[in-house]
Amino acid sequence: MTITEATPPHHSTSPFPKVREKMGRRFAYGFLILSIAPILVGYSWLVIATFSIRTEGLLPRNAEGGIGGFTLSNWAFITDDAVWNAMLNSFLIAVTMVIGVGVASTAGGYALSRMKFAGRKVFLTGTLVLHAFKAEMLLIAIFFVLRWLGGIPLIGGFIGFNSVGGVALVMIALELPLGIWLMKGFFDNLPWDMERAALIDGASRFRVWWQIMLPQVRPGLAALSLFTFISGWNAYLVPFTFTVGTRVANMPVFLSQLISDTAPTNWNLVAAVGMFQMIPLIIFFIFTQELLLNIYAGGSKGT
Amino acid sequence: MRVELDNLSKAWDGVVGADRITLEVADGEMVAFLGPSGCGKTTTLLMVAGIYRPTGGTISFDGRVVNEVAPKDRGIGMVFQSYALYPHMTVFGNISYPLRLKRLEKGEIRKRVEQVADMMGIGDLLDRRIAQLSGGQQQRVSLGRALVKEPQLLLFDEPLSNLDARLRLAMRGEIKRLQNDLGITSIYVTHDQVEAMTMADKIAVMSKGVLQAYDIPEALYDRPKTLFVAGFVGNPPMNFFDVEVMLLGGEFHAKNESLDLIVPDDRAAKAAAKEGRVVMGVRPEDVDVADDSSPRVEGLTLSAKVEVVEPLGREDLLGVVVGGVNVRLLVDKTKRAKPGDLVDLVFNMDNVQFFDPETEESLLWA
Repeated sequence: MTITEATPPHHSTSPFPKVREKMGRRFAYGFLILSIAPILVGYSWLVIATFSIRTEGLLPRNAEGGIGGFTLSNWAFITDDAVWNAMLNSFLIAVTMVIGVGVASTAGGYALSRMKFAGRKVFLTGTLVLHAFKAEMLLIAIFFVLRWLGGIPLIGGFIGFNSVGGVALVMIALELPLGIWLMKGFFDNLPWDMERAALIDGASRFRVWWQIMLPQVRPGLAALSLFTFISGWNAYLVPFTFTVGTRVANMPVFLSQLISDTAPTNWNLVAAVGMFQMIPLIIFFIFTQELLLNIYAGGSKGT
Repeated sequence: MRVELDNLSKAWDGVVGADRITLEVADGEMVAFLGPSGCGKTTTLLMVAGIYRPTGGTISFDGRVVNEVAPKDRGIGMVFQSYALYPHMTVFGNISYPLRLKRLEKGEIRKRVEQVADMMGIGDLLDRRIAQLSGGQQQRVSLGRALVKEPQLLLFDEPLSNLDARLRLAMRGEIKRLQNDLGITSIYVTHDQVEAMTMADKIAVMSKGVLQAYDIPEALYDRPKTLFVAGFVGNPPMNFFDVEVMLLGGEFHAKNESLDLIVPDDRAAKAAAKEGRVVMGVRPEDVDVADDSSPRVEGLTLSAKVEVVEPLGREDLLGVVVGGVNVRLLVDKTKRAKPGDLVDLVFNMDNVQFFDPETEESLLWA
């Protein structure tokens, strides 16, 4: 048995190579299905719950306790301005983060990869150490920083405590160590000669970065943008801590406000809002999964 | 453009890349920097290009010191081993990039790009993407990009090393012809001494950051000034023996425990002037296997056992052992030597070289 396993398929001594192959594939699929089953069940439950009055496990129940009870009432919140406001806030936070992290990471990653300057090593290790800190540990300090930022005339209202800009700023800062290291890695892989050629061709250092190097790291930048968007879209702890009330609440915070300590929670409504929050991400993922897989599998693509 | 390097040096935290390189490239000349990898030839080239900042010495173009001039203002074009093309642009985009940076008018750019592309034989590839090209085509694009801005100085950094052997041969001739036709002063970095010999007007042999010799190819081959040059220039490399040169019965003999050969007076006299042992160099083509047409000659012949036979087509490269020293020689393949054969070696001592074993400098051409 073990001997035939070790030999390549076309040298197989087994009298039933096709059967063996089929068995192996079945086993692989079985294993995969088994391992994603909990997630599948969870999502099915979520979808069923949003269209039901109440559920027992995966089974929707009507008022009499029988199977059934289909309803759209859980989705009535769609006409509510508050949910659209939260959606907009989520979107603003995520997009601001994508732009901020993208610009700072590509510029910083390039500088760290290619330039010699005082404090480069300290900065590199420093960002790594910073990345090791959990956001929770920094919340109180960040609160004071945000309050101080809020006091700045003119722009304070956009980047201080209880503002979408403030939340985005904090989230950008937390995302940057990963972003800078990721982009530095991509720049490290680019040949020096290409850059030298551009310098000799007459480009300035900035132009080399913008016109020659950036196009080569586009796959990396795309991946980073995706990660950043998702982490901004799902951000909970930071917006929850640094916003008050519903005006600047994003979707996750809005969702949490539906769960009350004092009144009974309508879990089917929570499921529906949660589902609603996921829809943009699902659409997003469908269109970008190939790119994501490429980046996970092979690093850079197309260079 | 005349290029002068004066005591040009580059060091990183005490690691020396190039050590006081001094040489002059005349206008329109093609000079090769030749040496093994890590010898400082590319470092020197990148200093000429303005990519590396020298830590000592000066670079002058036509008498003007350019140490502090940015690469883009030096009027140079450069071709890289890796081609260093911009993969996100088309062939046209690549070749036109230097002109677009100069903000030339669109029609003028197209005219000049097409002219260069036709000259390089890639006129029909202008709309292709770089990834769709073969290595040879990519190197033509790279050459075209370097030429399109009509540089005063062309720099080549091992441009043919990534090509297969046949293409390398063709491109070698093409680059040489182009450089000749255009008359652009060129510096060509290579580790391949055949490339250097065939293409360059003069060769700068480098080793460990130091310029070993700077001369025309024939002089490097016939009159090597150092042991390193003698061993590096020429393929297969020169054979070396530790010998003592002495006057015996009116004739000069190069002698050690396993050989005793008669050396022509003019060369031997200089070697004999040196006390003790010297290094004797004999090129592979100056050793032959004796047969009826080249009989044993007393004083120029010794016996050896054939260890290796490498057929090169036109001739055979033999590896034999003489007194514990491996000796390589080129013989006519009709001699049909086989490993294990005992043969008589006939030495032609007219081109023999002698070196000082301590200073490694030539005793003949110092």
